[in-house]
Amino acid sequence: MNPETIQIKSILNTNKLPFCKGCGHNFIGLNTARALEKLNLNPLDIILVTDIGCHGIIDVAFNTHTVHGLHGRSVALAAGISFGLNNPQKKIIVFIGDGGSTIGLQHILEAARLNLNMSVVVHDNFLYGMTGGQSSGLTPTGFKTVTSSKGNPFVGFDICKLTHAAGASYVSRIIGVGDFSEQLKEAFSVEGFSLLEVLEICPSYGVKLNPKFKLQEIAKEAGREIGVWKNQRNKFEYPEDNKIDSLINKLKILEPRFSNKIKSQLRIILSGSAGEGVQLAASIFSYAASLSGLYTTQKGSYPVTVGVGFSSSELNISNEEILFHGIELPDYAIITSIDGLNYSKNKISKMTENQTVFIDSSLDVPQTKANLERYDFRKVGAKNAALFSLMYFIKKTNIFEFEAIIEAVKEQKLEDKVDLKKLIQEIE
Amino acid sequence: MNQSNKKLAIVDASRLIIEAMKKAGADAFIGYPITPSNLLYSYSTQLMPIMLPAPDEITTLQWMSGLSATGKFPITATSFPGFALMIESINMAYMMELPMAIILVSRLGPATGTATCGAQGDLAVINGLLSGGYSLLTFAPSNFEDCWTLAAKCVEAAVKLRTPIVFLTSKEEVMTYKTFDLNKLEEIKPVKRNFYNKDEKYFTYKPNENYSPDFLPVGNEKWQVRLNASTHNQEGILQNIAPEALENTLRLEKKIKANLDKYLFYQYLSDNNSDILYISYGISSQAALEARKIAKTKGKDIDLLILKTLLPISEKYYEIIKKYKRIYFIEENETQILQRLFFGSKASENIKSIGSIGKMISPEKILSESI
Repeated sequence: MNPETIQIKSILNTNKLPFCKGCGHNFIGLNTARALEKLNLNPLDIILVTDIGCHGIIDVAFNTHTVHGLHGRSVALAAGISFGLNNPQKKIIVFIGDGGSTIGLQHILEAARLNLNMSVVVHDNFLYGMTGGQSSGLTPTGFKTVTSSKGNPFVGFDICKLTHAAGASYVSRIIGVGDFSEQLKEAFSVEGFSLLEVLEICPSYGVKLNPKFKLQEIAKEAGREIGVWKNQRNKFEYPEDNKIDSLINKLKILEPRFSNKIKSQLRIILSGSAGEGVQLAASIFSYAASLSGLYTTQKGSYPVTVGVGFSSSELNISNEEILFHGIELPDYAIITSIDGLNYSKNKISKMTENQTVFIDSSLDVPQTKANLERYDFRKVGAKNAALFSLMYFIKKTNIFEFEAIIEAVKEQKLEDKVDLKKLIQEIE
Repeated sequence: MNQSNKKLAIVDASRLIIEAMKKAGADAFIGYPITPSNLLYSYSTQLMPIMLPAPDEITTLQWMSGLSATGKFPITATSFPGFALMIESINMAYMMELPMAIILVSRLGPATGTATCGAQGDLAVINGLLSGGYSLLTFAPSNFEDCWTLAAKCVEAAVKLRTPIVFLTSKEEVMTYKTFDLNKLEEIKPVKRNFYNKDEKYFTYKPNENYSPDFLPVGNEKWQVRLNASTHNQEGILQNIAPEALENTLRLEKKIKANLDKYLFYQYLSDNNSDILYISYGISSQAALEARKIAKTKGKDIDLLILKTLLPISEKYYEIIKKYKRIYFIEENETQILQRLFFGSKASENIKSIGSIGKMISPEKILSESI
């Protein structure tokens, strides 16, 4: 097939593509156009997404929508277009080289895994043509490149096997010579993800360094079988999720109805062990304080692995809106376990005689000038210790009505998680 | 508290940001979970019409770009390690002029740093993010109201200016629960997407009067759309260094600067008799507000400028600053990032930073270092 004699119809605006003489990219461009014309597609129903590499300068010749992005990312970019259009009538085609396929391997596998509605044409000439003929991740063993004059010592990826294993509906490898528009047409007609690896040779580097090179032979030697591989899968569909209209409307509106005895902002830290309900207890306290007409802030601290080590919560309560919510020096520190003590002991050591530490009676008394209140918070079990310590704290300080915390548990429908009756009995 | 006319609830800012952006027109969330942005991710799962879990943050930005090219408005939320992976793709989206919002939740760095500790260290990265020094519009909420109204403005600005925008917040802002009056949330109207519908040929990058090109999604059946991340002409054709193409690249900066006043948000609190100015943004602005309040009880007036449109730095900020004898930048880092953005590496003696790492800056620290 002489590219320059091909009749141009709707898809291309020229048959003189911007590639070196003898470059397989010419054949891919022209055969792609022919395949799309065979499918009788409107050019504006086609989105051509090109990668970086010699092939990527072909956009100008196409009458389709064209998108020219970053090196290796074209498949992910096209995936986004596929998600957005979500329309099998729109044909999304990616042109990418063996270099881009190496950089963007994850993107190819991901699109195949999801079986997105799109087609990828890998222009595999076994090397990086645009940057001077270096080896790529797809270069077969023994193939000579500018960076492997004795032949590539490594094994190249088999992009077809990988893509097939990832779940693509259709994968094919062909020799990129002559008229292969039927194979392209078949790939473009697939519902779901299709990838077609076109083996070709770069006239500037591949031919010169491998003068006896024959595509068929190198493919055979490299185990790059010519063929088609299919998975019987459904194309991507958005999952049926029940989305809600508003997160704000789901919030419980608070109706303050209890009194409080707070004169100025109080800063409280509650520290215990992960898995012992510290954050839940803090949220109940915060809710109860709000029911008592107070502004509150609540912030959790814990290690990255949330199930082990300390768990701490900083709570501010005030009759005025709270601006700064950090706690340098707490008015009250409530400690329910050794993890909590270790985490908070630096702050406790700086507390003064105007401040108070409520601490589980099993723990050693930390160095501090603060007042100490020792009590057996863990007698109700580790899971309840944090909430129990806050209930005890409210009883002792009377900063707001004890009833508020009971209401907070009830309004938040936490009675199945919290044995209120038992906790109240233990306090009284 | 005075409870009359209040609609109180316990809220976190992550919830406000996601809902506000959705109301303004965001219809897709793409992301990879990373602390401390996980609440934004999980709320999006419940709320966003399109919610896609990406396998990494490079893919995130690429999928977002593809969605944006089709006329959707995608958002994501991440923190520095994920943001670092997005940088090349944000450059792409900027060059292609694709509207989107990236919510960046700062945590303590460098590198992985401490995932569960807040910080304000990412401004340095955003400022140098675009190759060539171009301006990436960046908003920073300072309180819960901003997390609502400014988040909506973020969507509006991104659409009107056809650009990606960074919404810069921090762990302490999006992971703290507060009693909040929901009546403070103003109504948000969706941003109108006026896609190009004229009979004259469409040029993807032909600017209108505000330097911003009309938008038309790929896949439309009327006009060809050519998106290009390489240097390109108005049609979207790769052009090496042709004058028209370079002019198009320079337009990107003009677009942001010429429209900055429309999207310039700040809070300036002045008693007109102070010679001290605090400048802050984000979470630290609350400490600055409280420090100012405490100072007033002690008979000392201090003015405060809270920056909400953070980048590019507006000339208006300099006009305010020049009135003061002493200026304190209050930011949660120890490398004076904001101060250096305003005044370079060597500021005059009357300009100082009050910083912190590993913990929030307290009002007491601000006061002890400034008066």
